[in-house]
Amino acid sequence: MPKVKVARKSTWVDMTAMTDVAFLLLTFFMLTSNFVKKEPVSVYTPSSISEIKIPETNIMTILVDKSGKVFFGIDGQNNRQQLITNMAQKYGVTLSEIEIKQFTLLDLSGNPIGAMKTYLGMKTEDRDKPGNNLGIPVDSLDNQLRNWVKTAREINRESRIAIKADEDTPYPVIRTVMKTLQQIDENRYNLITRLEGGAI
Amino acid sequence: MADVSQDSGSHKKGDGKKRSKKASTRIDFTPMVDLGFLLITFFMLTTSMIKQQTMEITMPSDKKVTEENQTVAKASQAVTLLLAKDNKVLYYFGQAENAQIIETDYSATGLRQILLEKNYEIAKQVEDLRIEKGKTKMSDEDYRKKLTEIKSGKNAPIVRIMATDDASYKNLVDALDEMNISSISRYAIVDIDSIGKEIVKRQQ
Repeated sequence: MPKVKVARKSTWVDMTAMTDVAFLLLTFFMLTSNFVKKEPVSVYTPSSISEIKIPETNIMTILVDKSGKVFFGIDGQNNRQQLITNMAQKYGVTLSEIEIKQFTLLDLSGNPIGAMKTYLGMKTEDRDKPGNNLGIPVDSLDNQLRNWVKTAREINRESRIAIKADEDTPYPVIRTVMKTLQQIDENRYNLITRLEGGAI
Repeated sequence: MADVSQDSGSHKKGDGKKRSKKASTRIDFTPMVDLGFLLITFFMLTTSMIKQQTMEITMPSDKKVTEENQTVAKASQAVTLLLAKDNKVLYYFGQAENAQIIETDYSATGLRQILLEKNYEIAKQVEDLRIEKGKTKMSDEDYRKKLTEIKSGKNAPIVRIMATDDASYKNLVDALDEMNISSISRYAIVDIDSIGKEIVKRQQ
């Protein structure tokens, strides 16, 4: 029986089609993407049936974590620059150009204004370490959150307030935040929730 | 991955004539695909496709309400929810003095059942409206208008949500969520009063 000769085929695969697909997908993701905001603490929001979507722009976010630390952030680098400049002025804190620049890159920040200088001087990777985020003071003696929101409101009249809190946050903390907003006549705001049964 | 040029070796046949070497027009795309997928992976991991959901809430103003502006709720319409610890809810209808205090939870058979029963008429009308919207081509604007009309009906219950210090944020959101589910538009988050505190204390 003669040996069956196996025809040698070239191992060359045409990659052109694959490139097409890869770049098509890439284009899609580039155009639809909005980047995940970096949050200094991880927060697991409670679920609700509400399906109203939160806008991406003109938003101030108040983030409250499980232990009751409060963080605050607004969108837009120009707005942030104005915010930190005004806040520093109000509290008589001097910040250098570089520190202000650093602040504009932060989505959310949570430190008393007094500790802001040290915080902004830190390396990026050190910032998330426990102990470096003290939370914005909200107690009645020194309510800095009120001034943050007030200053942010002066910069952007249109912006909405969104409260994002962990589901295990004790109610007294939320009440303090709500009371703070009430004091400055901010009576309409959004509570960020996760869709019932959703993963995030 | 290197491609072996297909016309390599042709010069070996050597018939003396010098031929310019024909270079292959094929380009190896493999690195480009690699790069493409690397970037895709990056974008896939950094994007947030799901926009965050939100619940809109309007709180009463801090300003003192004058006597004549104050709306007095009928006792028969009032429902008070006390959000206690361990995911429990205490509720009573009307005034605390002569009301029965009942304990329930946030499940579909708990608080929702009670609120739906209390708000039965309105919930039914809302449901009817929703069906009607599905059948006829009602514009969203009309729908919303009618919805508000129904929800603010005269006999709509008024719910006071009082959270104790032991309640968590989840409890509050759950309670607010139940308001949306059972089509109650008149509700308020109020500070717990002394009567409420007393009740919670007694129940534990």
